[in-house]
Amino acid sequence: MTPAFSFVSFGLAITLSPLLLGVIQKTKAFFAGREGAPLMQPYFDFVKLFRKGGVYSRTTSWVFWAGPIANLAAALLSLTFVPLGRIPAPAAFPGDVFMVAYSLSLGRFLMVLAALDTGSAFEGMGASREVRFSLLAEPVFFVSVLTLAVVTQGASLSEIYGTLPRHMVHQGISTIWLAGGAVALVLLVENARIPVDDPTTHLELTMIHEAMVLDHGGIDIGFVQYGAALKLWMFSALVAGAFFPFSSARPFLEVMGGIGGVFAVAVAVGIVESSMARLRLIRVPQLILLAGVLALMALLWAAR
Amino acid sequence: MNPPILCSLRNGETAVCSQESGVSFEQFRTLLGKGIEAGHRLSALFVVPDDSFDGARLVAVLARPMSGDLQMIGCAVGSSYPALTPGIPAAHWFEREIFEQWGIRPEGHPWLKPIRFQPPRSRSGGRPSLLLPTVGVTEFFRVEGEDVHEVAVGPVHAGVIEPGHFRFQCHGETVYHLEISLGYQHRGIERAVGEGNSPRMRHYIETLAGDSTIGHATAYCRVLEGLAGVRPSPRAEAVRMIAAELERLANHIGDLGAMAGDVGFLPAASYCGRIRGDVLNLTAELCGNRFGRGLIVPGGTGFDLDQTLESELKRRLDDIEADALSAIEQLFETPSVLARFDGVGEVSESLARQIGLVGVAGRASGLPCDVRSEFPYGFYQFVHVPVCTWGTGDCLARALVRRMEIQQSFAAIRALLQSLPADRSPPAVMTLAPRRWVASLTEGWRGEICHVAATDDEGQLAFYKVVDPSFHNWFGLACAMRDQLISDFPLCNKSFNLSYCGHDL
Repeated sequence: MTPAFSFVSFGLAITLSPLLLGVIQKTKAFFAGREGAPLMQPYFDFVKLFRKGGVYSRTTSWVFWAGPIANLAAALLSLTFVPLGRIPAPAAFPGDVFMVAYSLSLGRFLMVLAALDTGSAFEGMGASREVRFSLLAEPVFFVSVLTLAVVTQGASLSEIYGTLPRHMVHQGISTIWLAGGAVALVLLVENARIPVDDPTTHLELTMIHEAMVLDHGGIDIGFVQYGAALKLWMFSALVAGAFFPFSSARPFLEVMGGIGGVFAVAVAVGIVESSMARLRLIRVPQLILLAGVLALMALLWAAR
Repeated sequence: MNPPILCSLRNGETAVCSQESGVSFEQFRTLLGKGIEAGHRLSALFVVPDDSFDGARLVAVLARPMSGDLQMIGCAVGSSYPALTPGIPAAHWFEREIFEQWGIRPEGHPWLKPIRFQPPRSRSGGRPSLLLPTVGVTEFFRVEGEDVHEVAVGPVHAGVIEPGHFRFQCHGETVYHLEISLGYQHRGIERAVGEGNSPRMRHYIETLAGDSTIGHATAYCRVLEGLAGVRPSPRAEAVRMIAAELERLANHIGDLGAMAGDVGFLPAASYCGRIRGDVLNLTAELCGNRFGRGLIVPGGTGFDLDQTLESELKRRLDDIEADALSAIEQLFETPSVLARFDGVGEVSESLARQIGLVGVAGRASGLPCDVRSEFPYGFYQFVHVPVCTWGTGDCLARALVRRMEIQQSFAAIRALLQSLPADRSPPAVMTLAPRRWVASLTEGWRGEICHVAATDDEGQLAFYKVVDPSFHNWFGLACAMRDQLISDFPLCNKSFNLSYCGHDL
């Protein structure tokens, strides 16, 4: 595989990730019997937000505006290690999954600092929820990726996803699907989707992720949302790679297959969001526990 | 216009003013306490300035479901009296109102602070002083201790809703206590309506709580009709009942949709939101306004329906019913939604009885309180609408009661449209009898609406009192939140769906 296609897939992730949000919204609108916002609406929103300035409370410091920028930078850094389908990422090294996870964690940590900087009760509450749930999701993510690593004997994410078995009859497929299922649940937790969080709600008291960024506006919320879109893209690529190990001799088709997989995940997220209510906040750890059990089962199976 | 000392009235019946000084306070307290114990409800408790001496009259309206009548009790009080709240928790909010409006202090009241932040009314009947208290600035209950934190929400909220301030004392995600502070919507409606007859009155009443236009307008018109001794034609009564049930349908369907939205269940939220609009459009077919403004007028109705409109309503009602029932069924057949509603925000039956919950919230806790069958008025005297109750008192119960009432309302409207009385007499002219008191109860979609009025020597309205169901129920919401997750508050709030402006008047 030529490195040129790695950069192409990186560029596509940067440009197409807002469309992922549009696809989820359109899917939800379809199930609600509505027309829905245009597919390109997230782009319009980003253009609008990036043309705006920011409004800053006098009680906040530089930490407040630096958080979203650092978060976006961390997301971009992580993205350089995430492969799309079988196309390797622009950069890779053995154990880069820790780089991806902790770079995202660093971004979240800085967002939490920015939230606490406001001194608002909502932001503090949102930050505490966000940290609690991602703390639980982190080991699940590692165990799932470890399982895939055991199956493929790969060391970096690009190696792992590049050598995932190509056909359904492979003996490791059930293991891969279990691990993929766990990553899919982690996707829902990490990206604040139903049944964990409701990205469309306006009710501050029920928010997890959104409560933390209530005081950010204009260009800052643009950075936050773009960072979130990139993160959704990364997780979708990891889930799609596990479930649709599409393979072709031609790199172009490989890229198209990878992107198709990512959007298929977005549609699936939209369907999940349309078919069930949110969990009670207190039940969210149980969902993560379920993901953990799936991941552990997969690991046991793989290491058998 | 001194209130009667002690009399029992049917819903909407008048009583003559009394010249005597009323029962003694001890008797008053005993009567009230015994009544509440026997299962009666405190529908209203208020103070009327006294003409004859420098005190005031404390008046209670007790709704007695067993005998189907209302008891009005009056007693003289000075500048203070021993508070009733410690023995009768349902009087809690009323006594705070009395203290705020008239400066009469209920001694020993556990939590005496303003509810609307309105300036005190002068007892001589003049304009209130211009010294306005600032809304929301008062003491709040505080929980002290490690890890206890306070979350303040509002008065400006994220959605397009009315203003109200909520203060949570939390430990982590658990709410120890919620205190609700309202008053941002106070417009002085009671005072304006109590100052005499003006063509504007009806509009004040109709917009008192905009979503309960029919409920309040009916209560108001029945007050005037009682005082004037006029009976609306049966056809007018039937049209009023259709309007009232349409109002109930629209709001219940909208509420179920909003509850679905709060738990993130999108399909039911979207469908119910649209169907609510369809029902409101039916009301608009009746009178040109989606909320029924101008439909209920003293003596009858402002609009009538002809043959074509009748069949049009029937046809559209069938479509709406099919849509609504399927959307609601989808809501109640989704396990994740039921899991979310179940056991959230419980109010036990005994607590509900103590604090005097009414309407949907009361029925969800198992109280069979429904003015339509307890104190039937208008066409409800001829058509019985079953009372829908549920015992668990949680959000699921409040949703289930709404679901059952939606089914009952569809059936009731259809039955009415099939056999509308034929006579079409225009509304009669209103001449109010002098020196009379009247209490009128109606069942708005939220619950019991109580209007009490008195006329002076010239037959002009001299006193007017409105008790919206929200006035009884806001405290119930605060109780429902005890030991709940703070993230469940929006759902609990929506399951009560109380009115801010109906409370603030």
